[in-house]
Amino acid sequence: MQINYDNAMTIEFLSNPNNEAFARIAVASFIANLDPTVEEMSDVKTAVSEAVTNSIIHGYENEKGIVKIKVGIINKTVEIEVIDRGKGIEDIEKAKEPLYTTKPELERSGMGFTIMESFMDEMHVESIIGKGTTVFMKKIIKD
Amino acid sequence: MKITYDNANRLLKIEITEEIDHFMAEKIRNKVDFEIQEYIPRKILMDFEKVSFMDSAGIGMILGRYKTAKMLGSSFCITNVKPSIKKILEMSGILKIIPIVEK
Ligand SMILES: Nc1ncnc2c1ncn2[C@@H]1O[C@H](COP(=O)(O)OP(=O)(O)O)[C@@H](O)[C@H]1O
Ligand SMILES: [Mg+2]
Repeated sequence: MQINYDNAMTIEFLSNPNNEAFARIAVASFIANLDPTVEEMSDVKTAVSEAVTNSIIHGYENEKGIVKIKVGIINKTVEIEVIDRGKGIEDIEKAKEPLYTTKPELERSGMGFTIMESFMDEMHVESIIGKGTTVFMKKIIKD
Repeated sequence: MKITYDNANRLLKIEITEEIDHFMAEKIRNKVDFEIQEYIPRKILMDFEKVSFMDSAGIGMILGRYKTAKMLGSSFCITNVKPSIKKILEMSGILKIIPIVEK
């Protein structure tokens, strides 16, 4: 955790689908004192839910693993990292294309990255095959 | 989730009350597919009034039920879609095939 943030927190939890709601609610309550609008709050919750779900179903493919979320706040900027040590992404550019999914049989829509990109102010992905994936996101809460 | 069947109109109404993420979408899918196959309704209406959160799992859940409905010859509509949910559905393009009805 970086000390030069105004405020920061880290959480870790097992890759249980049950924890998708916990993760987005934890992040939402941590940023609540920045006084985001209902829409800003919903955007952040949705983006966190997308990234955490991806770690659970794609990164770990429902095997047990650890998902980590780091949140840092500077002024009214929220920086979020969602980290897994799962199987990694082979072609990140392709994965980010709208409607691209490797799990259509689970009724995935392939819209996760598109939603993260459009709901947040910044998003980028780093991934190494066999080592895991980190999604970085940034949201500026308006005054 | 609250499911009611109107026999006279062969209308199956599905009122979703849960937050729709990957975890809940799976449960909703199983329950709703079971009910659709049980009644073989003429019309299916999925109501989102009580849904306070939905992520992209909702897209697949809605599209999948639309496909089940179509296979059985039922019509499928959604209603009470609030702005945060509409934003996600619009992005996915599924509103081109699944109508939103106003009540
Ligand atoms: N954390 C991750 N680990 C491994 N693969 C991932 C991860 N996140 C995303 N992916 C890959 O990127 C694809 C696109 O992700 P996304 O846009 O969220 O769509 P969806 O989850 O509906 O498949 C996934 O189908 C998967 O192949
Ligand atoms: Mg996804």
